[in-house]
Parts: sequence; structure tokens; C-alpha cells
Amino acid sequence: MARITAGVSTSHVPAIGAAIDLGKTAAPYWVPVFAGYEYSKKWIAQQKPDVIVLVYNDHASAFSLDLVPTFAIGCAEEFRPADEGWGPRPVPIVKGHAKLAAHIAQSVIQDDFDLTIANRMDVDHGLTVPLSLLFGQPKQWPCLVIPLAVNVVLYPPPSGRRCYELGRAIRRAVESYDDDLDVQVWGTGGMSHQLQGPRAGLINRQFDNAFLDRIVNDPEGLSRKPHLDYVREAGSEGIELVMWLIMRGALNAKVTQKHRFYHVPASNTAVGHLVLENA
Amino acid sequence: MALKKPYSNIPGTTIFDADQARRGYHLNQFCMSLMKPENRERFKADERACLDEWPMSEEQKQAVLKRDYNRMIELGGNIYFLAKIFSTDGLSFQHAAASMTGMSQEAYAQMMLSGGRAPEHEQEKQ
Repeated sequence: MARITAGVSTSHVPAIGAAIDLGKTAAPYWVPVFAGYEYSKKWIAQQKPDVIVLVYNDHASAFSLDLVPTFAIGCAEEFRPADEGWGPRPVPIVKGHAKLAAHIAQSVIQDDFDLTIANRMDVDHGLTVPLSLLFGQPKQWPCLVIPLAVNVVLYPPPSGRRCYELGRAIRRAVESYDDDLDVQVWGTGGMSHQLQGPRAGLINRQFDNAFLDRIVNDPEGLSRKPHLDYVREAGSEGIELVMWLIMRGALNAKVTQKHRFYHVPASNTAVGHLVLENA
Repeated sequence: MALKKPYSNIPGTTIFDADQARRGYHLNQFCMSLMKPENRERFKADERACLDEWPMSEEQKQAVLKRDYNRMIELGGNIYFLAKIFSTDGLSFQHAAASMTGMSQEAYAQMMLSGGRAPEHEQEKQ
């Protein structure tokens, strides 16, 4: 039987990927950011998950305005790093778990979550930066990855509640898969940031830290936070945080917080990171 | 009945909703074309000619030529699509964000290092 062992959440700021790719991680600006992931790198080297269901958003890379799926699951054997306008990131091709992905898709669709199936999908910094943060710069990623892309670009994204419930459905799907697999669910994006308009540069430490508290201890309550609160308080791009609720929904009601990190800034963004294990 | 837009009065913020997406469809799809190196080269060689291949409004084209990101957003652009333009220019998100606030990139970067822009209710308290 497959099982969900842990959840990870992290921001996926593109500038972090650029800092890694260009060898700038030792620069004074970046040292405190990467220091926040030292624990997690050691932790995941011990955990050795077989598969990560990686929840992220596509930033107009795989999905133009021609097709905007609210939830899309990557069922391919592999996913190539996207060219986001400056060439693809120099990171390994992401290998999928097509069989488990198809199983999850079939299971959650029958559980009332109408996922879009993506059999060809390039993956952008939203997916590859979290992998780089946890795994560094390996020749190949050490585990398989099932991308789960969530629309948070075209308003409205799915509600926090819907995301949380999808996480629960993904757990039921994973636990009904016969092969013996350790599966982690990652939720990425956020924390507070706004990249557009005269209000660009918004950061809200109070909001972010309350969010970090509640996603650990009160996910049910947090899942009912309306979109408007995210947009007003955490910025127009801060709404990415709803994706963390998919990760949280896939875990037990009670979790053990193994690691928590918060730092301002990485480029325009507040960086938040949690490592959670089922209690 | 028209949909309510409770997000329409957030200061300094345009929410990219279905109406904006409709207004900006061709502008955003033009941006997507810049994901291919050959299109980036063509755009750099003759911006106007490239833009004229798209059924965009003259206002949208002028906003692109002037790199006026606030105007592009007003006319239906979305920042993640528009990112393909400043990436083609070899510029960062921070550069583009600073340009939208009217600050120099240095002043904006310093604001971020100092903890970022406070939310409005915090600004009122200060």
C-alpha cells in the first residue's frame, strides 16, 4: 500500500532558482534564504520519498490563455523545464510516476474533483525551484514527481476549502494504491507578495506568521478564509497560498512540525517554509 | 445580474479576472510567443513589426513599446505573461515591479530589504 508520509510547503520565487543556477547562493543577500533549508535538505536525504505530489502553479508557461485548467495533474513519464523567456533552467528533466498519477486522477475524479489530465506539460520555476531548494543540484532528481498545477493566475482560483478537500481526496487515492510507496505532498507558492501595480512590494509578516501557525494547528478554520482576505492582506500574488492547503489536507489532522522558516525578502517575496510529518 | 467584484477597490491593485483576460487576450498571447528564442530575436530586431502581427489595440502596442507595465495591466495584461517581455529585455521581476511603483530599482530593493511595503492598515497606524 502507498502511504503519505509527510508534507512540505515552500515559496517558489524564481530569483531563488536564478541564484542557484548562477552560483550565487553564497552571496550575502542569499545566505539567510538558503540557511533556512539546511535542515530540510538533511531531512529529505533521510526520508527518501519515492514520489512527491508537487502542488504548484504554472506561471503562463505550459498554459497560455487558450486553456486555463483549475486543477491539472501531470500523468506523463517526464516533464521538461520550461523556457520562461530566458531559456529553460539548467535542471534535470522531471520524471513522473505515470501509473500513480493516473490512479490519483481516476480516484479523485470519481470523488467529485474534476482534474484536467496533462500528458504533455513543461514545468516552470513553480515546480523546479522547490526541488532545487530541497535537493540542491543533482544530475537527476532523486525521486519521481507528480505535478499538480493549480490556477492561481486567472481570478478566481479554487477556494481554500476546495484545495483542502482536494488534499483529502488525494490522500484517499494514494492510500488505495497497491504498490508500496512513500509519498510526500508539497504545497508551494506565497507567502505575501505583490508583483504588479503601485502596491508592488507588499509584505505582511503578521498575516504570513498567522498563516504558518494556523496551517499547522487549525487547517479546518484556515481553509475557510475567503480569497478577498488573501488578496487584500497578502497581495495579489499572495493568493498562491491556497495551494498549501492541498498539502495540508493530505496529512493527518494532527501533525508534527519538524521545521519552520520565514524570511523577508527574496526579490519581491516573503519566503515561508514548513516541514510537517503525520503525528 | 453582474458579478460582484469586491476586489475592485484594493489600492494599487488590478485583479486579473475574466473581464481583464478577455481585454488582454491578444496582448498576453503575444507575450507567450516570446517563450521561443527565435521570436525573442525577431522582437528585438523590430518590435513594432512583431506587435503588428497581433490583433492588439494601438494603446496596448504603445504600452508594450514604452514598457509601461501599469498601462499594460490596465489594458488586460497579466504580470506572469508580461514577464516574458522583461525577461526578453534581460530584466528581473524586481526591475519590473519597481517600475510600476514609480521608485528607482535601488530604492525599491532597499524597501524590500527593510521588510517590504506595509499593508494599508499598517501604514495608517504609522
